Amino acid sequence: MAITDLEEFSHLTDADIDNLAHELDAIRRDVEDDLGERDARYIHRAIAAQRILEISGRLLLAFGSRRPAWWAGTLTLALAKIVENMEIGHNVMHGQWDWMNDPEIHSSTWEWDMAGVSKHWRITHNVAHHKYTNVLGMDDDVGYGVLRVTRDEQWKPRNVLNVPLNLLLAFGFEWGIALQHLELRKILKPQTRAATVIRLRELLTKSARQVGKDYVAFPALTALSPRAGFTSTLKADAVANVIRNLWTNAVIFCGHFPDGAEKFAATATDLATESRGQWYLRQMLGSANIDAGPVLAFLTGNLSYQIEHHLYPDLPSRRLAEISVRVRALCEKYDLPYTSGPLPVQYAKTWRTIAKLSLPDRFLRATADDAPETRSERMFDVLPPAARRRGLKSAIAAVRRRV
Amino acid sequence: MTAILRALTTPLLPGDYLRLLNPLWSSRELRGRVVAVQPETRDSATLVIKPGRRFRFDFVPGQYVGIGVRVDGRWRWRSYSLTCPPLSKDRTITVTVKAMPEGFLSGHLVSGLRPGTVVRLAAPQGDFVMTDPAPPSVLFLTAGSGITPVMSMLRTMARRDQIDGGDIVHVHSAPTAADVLFAGELERLAREHAGYRLIVRATRSQGRLDLARLDEVVPDWRQRQTWACGPAAMLRDAEALWARNGVADRLHREQFAAPRTAGSQLGGTVTFAASGRSVAADGATTLLEAGESAGVVMPFGCRIGICHTCMVDLVDGRARDLRSGVEYEAGNSVQTCVSAPSGDCVVDI
Repeated sequence: MAITDLEEFSHLTDADIDNLAHELDAIRRDVEDDLGERDARYIHRAIAAQRILEISGRLLLAFGSRRPAWWAGTLTLALAKIVENMEIGHNVMHGQWDWMNDPEIHSSTWEWDMAGVSKHWRITHNVAHHKYTNVLGMDDDVGYGVLRVTRDEQWKPRNVLNVPLNLLLAFGFEWGIALQHLELRKILKPQTRAATVIRLRELLTKSARQVGKDYVAFPALTALSPRAGFTSTLKADAVANVIRNLWTNAVIFCGHFPDGAEKFAATATDLATESRGQWYLRQMLGSANIDAGPVLAFLTGNLSYQIEHHLYPDLPSRRLAEISVRVRALCEKYDLPYTSGPLPVQYAKTWRTIAKLSLPDRFLRATADDAPETRSERMFDVLPPAARRRGLKSAIAAVRRRV
Repeated sequence: MTAILRALTTPLLPGDYLRLLNPLWSSRELRGRVVAVQPETRDSATLVIKPGRRFRFDFVPGQYVGIGVRVDGRWRWRSYSLTCPPLSKDRTITVTVKAMPEGFLSGHLVSGLRPGTVVRLAAPQGDFVMTDPAPPSVLFLTAGSGITPVMSMLRTMARRDQIDGGDIVHVHSAPTAADVLFAGELERLAREHAGYRLIVRATRSQGRLDLARLDEVVPDWRQRQTWACGPAAMLRDAEALWARNGVADRLHREQFAAPRTAGSQLGGTVTFAASGRSVAADGATTLLEAGESAGVVMPFGCRIGICHTCMVDLVDGRARDLRSGVEYEAGNSVQTCVSAPSGDCVVDI
């Protein structure tokens, strides 16, 4: 079940892992030393472009409820929201632009255009998800508490609803994220009630403003226009939000749930004293990229470079493409897999896993030691001892050849 | 109206969109635009800045203003004395900057700044100020760029017609006559106003002014309200002299913080300004650990330098990122879980 021993699974010695850490640190230093005016100009332009896009979408919706104008406005607004959430919000809140020392583009103050409170998200995401990536029981993003995304988790009857639940989560993804940090169940316990109530109040304030903007203020404003009405804008805003939800959900699921993105038992490393190399290694093995050109990469907020993003969560997104060349080379050198695939394929794989895992284990062929979505060091037991002194990628290939 | 606009722009502010049209219309921060860079001496220049709408021009002469400039994508902050009088008619402010040999930013301000550049501004502050009305007899004791706050005072007093009726002696030191900032304007003031006497000392030829012999230059200095601004050594001497003569309450001093050179020190005393605590930490102890050991409630997240939850503003001194060795100066926020003090420093928590 999942990886319980990182060294054994990765086919690397402690010394190898230390060397890997030095090489990955060197990449970080090179990029940090090179950050400057061009990077600053990039994020300023991205923010300006996003704001212009958003205003254009709102204007299109105000000046026509006829079908082409409505669709043009809705899609423009959806695109603006996607860019705001992905390339700007997510990345700014990671601290990718903190080096500019610009209080207006800073992780500590940024608030994004979605239901949840950015302050809450920074804790569940930047701390829990990025420190304990794909560690069962530690990273809430593994299934978001509603889905069974790995057979390491025991099947429960409600998992029969895996597919409809996933559909629901995808359509209302911003609300799923908003509720994640709330940990509503803690409201029942007296010790944690006060903190939960505060978070609940913060969330209600933020989401009321968001709902007010998209479903009251802008529809009311366009109702003043002779060529559009309250309902046409209401619908447009709802559709734009849903398009954004579906897109962000797809991109994020492609990061950690496709085949080859490993899961870890809490014993895989000693998490309290984990070395930098072990942490790096977990990030590389637990993440999957999307094959993307510059446009698709921008629309995913450069999360098409999920592996690189997880290695360097606070390095500016526009640098991940160049970093990926060097990370790929390191994977070759250390014989490590580098999981990547086209978006439709990767997304289909996440759906396949989620659909399969709605069934109890007795209907599943693979075990948690060698399944598409999770593996453990025990998968190599089938190899003769002589064949074991090779790298992880070759060893996986050797196991595949035997099956 | 504002409430409606905010309902439409949430979670942003209307100003976040307006600044696409004019960067000065940001509602979050005070900004200004450099409208001119006027050379003064060979290594100094006056920046004329037009601040955004919310700037308050009713500062007190002698105060300084914080200026943030973007260099290589990073905002760097410095404080400079305002050299203009308050409430100017053209609603601009001026600061005069001298390029320091090791001052990377001052050099950029003197020779690399183009008119049109947008800078950030912090509200004027400081208590090295001239009173209104001015005291009947005044001594200005300045050296080098220490003349800048006094220039604002002189210009203000001239505008208020407080020079002719008064008695001002101004002793200013500079390496050579060519290095005297505002030389032309000072000479004109001295020519036109009987109440203003200027004594310029060219230290390269005449040597430094020995304060012990101040009696020879300004015999009645003990009776005067004195404003002194210049190098630390001069101010130390002045403080001692005025104290010895029992007139310490007549001395007003302003010392410019010299930018310390990077990589100079490991470890230091960390002061937690808002908590009122401080603790000594070596060069390997992070600010986070130091704060926790001193009983300060520090924000933290991952503790491995990836989540940026622990960021705290560095108000004074320097801190070093232990991973990269990069040093951050005051005016930056730092990740406390991976940063250690580089000499004494003050953080805002």
